[in-house]
Amino acid sequence: MPERSITEQMQEAHGRPPVLLPGHTYATVTDKISAVVLSRRTPLGWYIGFLMSAGLVGVLTLAIAYLMYRGVGIWGINVPVAWGFAIINFVWWVGIGHAGTFISAILLLVKQSWRNSINRFAEAMTLFAVMCAGMFPLLHMGRPWLFYWMFPYPNTMSMWPNFRSPLVWDVFAVSTYFTISLLFWYLGLIPDLACLRDRAVNKWAKRIYAGLSFGWRNSARHWKRYESAYLLLAGLATPLVLSVHTVVSFDFAVAMLPGWHTTIFPPYFVAGAIFSGFAMVLILAIPIRKIYALDDMITMRHLDNAAKVMLATGLIVAYGYIMEVFFAWYGPNQYEKYMMWNRMNGPYAPVYWGLILCNVLIPQLLWLRRIRYSPKWLFVISLDVLLGMWLERVVIVVTSLHRDFLPSAWGMYIPTRWDWATFLGTLGFFAAGMFLFMRLVPAIPIFEMRELVHKSSEEVAVK
Amino acid sequence: MESQVNREGPSQPERREQERVSAEAVCPTKKELLYQISGTASGKKQLTRYDFEAALAALDSGDAPEYWRSLEELAGTKEFQEQLHREFPKGASEWLDPVSRRGFLKLMGASVALAGLTGCIRQPLEPIVPYVRQPENQVLGKPMFYATAMTLSGYGRPLLVRSNEGRPSKIEGNPEHPVSMGGSDIFSQASVLDLYDPDRLQTMIYEGEIRTWPSFLGGVRGQIAAQQAVQGAGLRILTETVASPTLAAQIRGVLQRFPGAKWYQWDPVNRDNVRAGAQMAFGQFVHTQYRLTDADVIVSLDANFLSPEFPGFTKYAREFSSRRRPETNPAARPFTTANYTALPDRPINRFYSIESTPTNTGAKADHHIPVRFSDVEKYARILASAVGVNAGGGNANSDLDGKVLAAAVKDLQAHRGTSVVIAGEQQPPIVHALAHAMNEALGNVGKTVFYTEPVEANPTDQMAGLKELVSDMWVGKVDMIVITGANPVYDAPVDLNFVGALQKVPLRIYHGTHGNETAANCSWVVNGTHYLEEWSDVRSIDGSVSIVQPLIAPLYGGKSAHELLNAFGAQPELSGYETVRGYWQSQIKGVDFESWWQKSVHDGFVANSAYAPLNLRVKMTSFAPPAQTAAGNTGGSVELIFRPDPCVYDGRFANNAWLQELHKPMTKVVWDNPLMVSPNTAARLDLEQQDVVEIRNAGQKVEAAVWIQPGHPDDSVTMFLGYGRQRAGRAGTGMGFNAYQIRQSTELNSVHGVKLNKTGRTYPLITTQGFQSMVGRHLVREATLEGFRKDPLFATRVEKEPDPAETLYPVYEYTGYAWGMAIDQNACVGCNACVIACQSENNVPVVGKMEVARGRHMHWLRVDTYYKGGLANPQVYFQPVPCMHCETAPCELVCPVAATVHGTEGLNEMIYNRCVGTRYCSNNCPYKVRRFNFLLFQDWNMPQYKMMRNPDVTVRSRGVMEKCTYCIQRIQHGRMDAEKKDQLIPDGSVQTACQQACPSDAIVFGNINDKNSRVVKLKENPRNYGLLADLNTRPRTTYLAVVTNPSPDLPEAEKSEHA
Repeated sequence: MPERSITEQMQEAHGRPPVLLPGHTYATVTDKISAVVLSRRTPLGWYIGFLMSAGLVGVLTLAIAYLMYRGVGIWGINVPVAWGFAIINFVWWVGIGHAGTFISAILLLVKQSWRNSINRFAEAMTLFAVMCAGMFPLLHMGRPWLFYWMFPYPNTMSMWPNFRSPLVWDVFAVSTYFTISLLFWYLGLIPDLACLRDRAVNKWAKRIYAGLSFGWRNSARHWKRYESAYLLLAGLATPLVLSVHTVVSFDFAVAMLPGWHTTIFPPYFVAGAIFSGFAMVLILAIPIRKIYALDDMITMRHLDNAAKVMLATGLIVAYGYIMEVFFAWYGPNQYEKYMMWNRMNGPYAPVYWGLILCNVLIPQLLWLRRIRYSPKWLFVISLDVLLGMWLERVVIVVTSLHRDFLPSAWGMYIPTRWDWATFLGTLGFFAAGMFLFMRLVPAIPIFEMRELVHKSSEEVAVK
Repeated sequence: MESQVNREGPSQPERREQERVSAEAVCPTKKELLYQISGTASGKKQLTRYDFEAALAALDSGDAPEYWRSLEELAGTKEFQEQLHREFPKGASEWLDPVSRRGFLKLMGASVALAGLTGCIRQPLEPIVPYVRQPENQVLGKPMFYATAMTLSGYGRPLLVRSNEGRPSKIEGNPEHPVSMGGSDIFSQASVLDLYDPDRLQTMIYEGEIRTWPSFLGGVRGQIAAQQAVQGAGLRILTETVASPTLAAQIRGVLQRFPGAKWYQWDPVNRDNVRAGAQMAFGQFVHTQYRLTDADVIVSLDANFLSPEFPGFTKYAREFSSRRRPETNPAARPFTTANYTALPDRPINRFYSIESTPTNTGAKADHHIPVRFSDVEKYARILASAVGVNAGGGNANSDLDGKVLAAAVKDLQAHRGTSVVIAGEQQPPIVHALAHAMNEALGNVGKTVFYTEPVEANPTDQMAGLKELVSDMWVGKVDMIVITGANPVYDAPVDLNFVGALQKVPLRIYHGTHGNETAANCSWVVNGTHYLEEWSDVRSIDGSVSIVQPLIAPLYGGKSAHELLNAFGAQPELSGYETVRGYWQSQIKGVDFESWWQKSVHDGFVANSAYAPLNLRVKMTSFAPPAQTAAGNTGGSVELIFRPDPCVYDGRFANNAWLQELHKPMTKVVWDNPLMVSPNTAARLDLEQQDVVEIRNAGQKVEAAVWIQPGHPDDSVTMFLGYGRQRAGRAGTGMGFNAYQIRQSTELNSVHGVKLNKTGRTYPLITTQGFQSMVGRHLVREATLEGFRKDPLFATRVEKEPDPAETLYPVYEYTGYAWGMAIDQNACVGCNACVIACQSENNVPVVGKMEVARGRHMHWLRVDTYYKGGLANPQVYFQPVPCMHCETAPCELVCPVAATVHGTEGLNEMIYNRCVGTRYCSNNCPYKVRRFNFLLFQDWNMPQYKMMRNPDVTVRSRGVMEKCTYCIQRIQHGRMDAEKKDQLIPDGSVQTACQQACPSDAIVFGNINDKNSRVVKLKENPRNYGLLADLNTRPRTTYLAVVTNPSPDLPEAEKSEHA
């Protein structure tokens, strides 16, 4: 393939592949991206994939219906382990969402233009991940129909929520996060929706995209306002990258449980979030660029960068693990000592060592350039990191709870089929959302790529 | 669908059936009655005995768990689920069953409605009608208390019963009765559930057809007349041990009328050996009472006197515990200074326990010798010879045992007149005779030991009687048998084949509250009354008479035993009230009967009716041992001990879900009877926890699941009676293993050699407490008496409690009441009475075995049992754990909706209506005392349970957290009473349910702002410490450390081994 050889040439010339392969003009970029939505035949794989994920959404619906009907007792939770899969999955999904915001907001502010081709679907990933995450705190409540009591709204009971509780902070953090992410994502979509409106042949598609693009006419005034609004939202979203998972970590750190009550949680949670988020970005990017032949827009440069971020955040997370052990060993707290010993040797030891393997040992492969430049390896390592981060949440939630202060109250947690059904159901929900997203809106921002056309041709010209 | 059920869980159609039945007053359908009692309907599904073999075979292929803790790991496996499901009574397994077609449709309906409609409940139609004539003293909303008594195996337990608008709802000990002094026990506490048991017999039945009382009278009139013709030669009456003077008089009256008739008594856990021991020693039946308040040294020969099954338990527990307080001297108070050295006025007692099955009694011993059942006699002889009884002597099994025995002898001799030797109920007569002789030799008689007339109305050798009855039945001498109360088809020794013999009797009349195994084999079934529904009388262990008065009219029109017996007399229609009152009218002379009757009924006992002590001498002079001595068990053969179950007793409480779900004192097992095996024996026989073994004895066999019990003697196993019921009801049927299947009439209490064969299968034994080790944490703090005197503040030294002033925030000042509790772990005997009392008072639901396996039991108060030391003979500690009501409660901080908040009186309050069920509070509770309604555990539909519940306590629904409230409803009642008098709530007038039930006075609750309150005195005690107080929770519930009193003669090493 000619592109491939050019890639290799470019790599030799720059040491790194470009963010957009040469040969693109404004028109080719627009054609290629919008074709996925408007004119290209939907691949059979899309239908298969969508149906499978929709099936899992069905499983989720059933699991939720049964949950509402019977109560949270259908899960494996108990006393002492009163939080199980719901909280594990909540933290996991919220963490995954973080990479999207990191890519679209922080990288925008620091002018990393390579992000342009991946920010759209990374943001979509954030949205769906936060939706999946948001489901769990609702579902895990004993009486979910009273969820609105968590909000400070005027009521006849003259009751406010308990602002001392991290769960209330969570409500604010996650709902803010979802709102900002949605706005940010949608705002970025408007010029592209207008583009689709202009190119759509189908009458209904035209009308729908017209409605959604809010009358975008591509005028300079529109662009000016758009740019400033986008930058403002990026500015708003940036602190959220740090704050949301910090608040989530407070759910644990504020409690007095050994294994939860520790000050390193906020930074270590944020790093872990970005770690798992980039893993999810890679898991989505690698097949997308392959199936839609978008490897000229999502290049090895992107994959390499994402892998480097994973490596860096993975090291921070590993440092967190080391510090946890160190504090337990060095500190005077007998309960924390036992907690650490129990993590390593207790009934859940395989989970702990699995976490160390997945999150600390295997990601070290990313030091090797050969691995970072192999989409297959990256895909496998990303899966491994997602698994590892999930195991980390199992370790934090379950092994801390199951043996705390009074040995008489110790217990075990075994997830039931309904736990698994709910978890798999959200995976399906996420996947179905991503499939719809790929099909209905441009997965890569058209106008931002057009900016890159100019830039990358300059880069080539320099050489 | 079946989510309403927790403990019994019948399927939906059955449930509807029962509801309909209850709704239509008491008119069950014929079909249901067939289910309940008919022998021919035994094939019906829900009463079918569960087939263990088949279900356990399913587990066979799975990985055998190494130890029971891996249960939950198993719980995830399919086989385990299946096993649990099938093991359960039908319906209980509906919890997590796959969705059936029917369920699926409902589910889809629910998914349409989803959350929003869950709040909409169909409101039942309940017309509110005012009293036309309000009963005297009745104030709606204000409970009334009535004195009565419960009878268990021939002894009365004096009670005070709370009645809410005519519904008995809570049982308490009668505080004015010298035996109870307000303390009670698990059986009486839980008996209120039996009253409202929906499985009770609801009509009279003849061959499966509903009958009425007049038709019964008419139906048997002919046979009675026929018996009259033959002087009653074919009439037999089989009762439980009768403790009612009236009933005994009635039966004697019947026997007078039918001279050929015979009366037998049968209790599977009977006191034949006690009676025979007395006969041996004194030549007559006597009843032995102890006064433990005066005993400095107590030696128990396998006597479980601190367990609720022991007659007089409440008295002995209180007396024992009163001597376990190392600072009883009031002058020594307050104990606030570190250099407290004042000696108590009466020293703490020293308790030596020689025990064949680990019990909570042995757990309280200063020196505990685990010894095989058959060796207890030998040890008794060693002790007896040493104190001057001609008993032959012998050698202890080990040097260590010998040294402990020597120390015991030394202590006994040093405390003549202030020591006591107590022999165990199940021990052979010779051990009882030896104990009598020892007490006499030590001069204890008249001081710590008293003999009185027998308390039971007609002391007989029950085993011999039952044998005679069975042989009469086999040869066809019996035309008509009346069985009242007893359940011999289930619990008679297997070699008698009682059920076979019973079939030879043409007319079999059963009278009782439940359609049990015996009822199923009788032609006439007369539904009996619960003791809360009948007039009767009973003697307590001190011989005093209590009049049993009903708290409610019979729920199903049942008849009491008195009324049944009247059918054989001249006045068949005479009521129970007239019978009992008439009997006493004939007995009481010289006083105004009406006022005597009023006072006796009101007080709960007849004044001055206790038996006077008899002055007796032991007649037996030589106790020389028989020639042969028991050889040790080797190979696959071990000694087997039968014991009444600590919770369901002999099986009569098997359908009581409170007792089924009560953690047994030593093992913490629920819903099953584990086979106790010592660690060494288990290793020798290659047995592991939960292995199913087959026990063979005299051609009979039964299966049982192994429980490795530290402190059990080697080469000996204990099997508990009362399980494996075939017709107990929805809670008890099919639970556990039936030990009666191998119990022989010749060896009722122990079998010298039985074979244990591993089946290769395992059976899940569920406990509420996974870990019984303190893993080095200072949870129960302990010192010897010597250590305590050297350093009275030892308990406060091991952990640093943060200073309350170390905070940035102003400290909240409790200006009014400040409620607090102190629990004396030295006084606690681990009897669990508090747990059941709490369950009854606070409407705590039962969740069933499988939910307990998942870790979802709901007890607001639990008793933790910890083991320390070697496996062969560990030290055991009991720690009751209610909510600590921490002043800086971790749970309150984390609740997002402020559903748990701190009251101005220091209570950690739980607002159910506000709770949304995030369970964060439970996660953050270091004591894990919070309980969550993971499913709808409470039965909201059963009409009987609606009557039973405490109306002052909210019935919690699904999805809310709950926990101990310090019985806030009782505080409110106390507050109302006090405010009416314009005064503060006086100390002691508000008692929590646990405190009130505690027979040993270990729990004290009160206002810690009142410096003269008892709770403050206890909290000022140097032994007082807060559990996990180093976490700065500042618990309001605090504990008093354990102080043991080991013999100074035993060197340290042995003390740590033994003490």
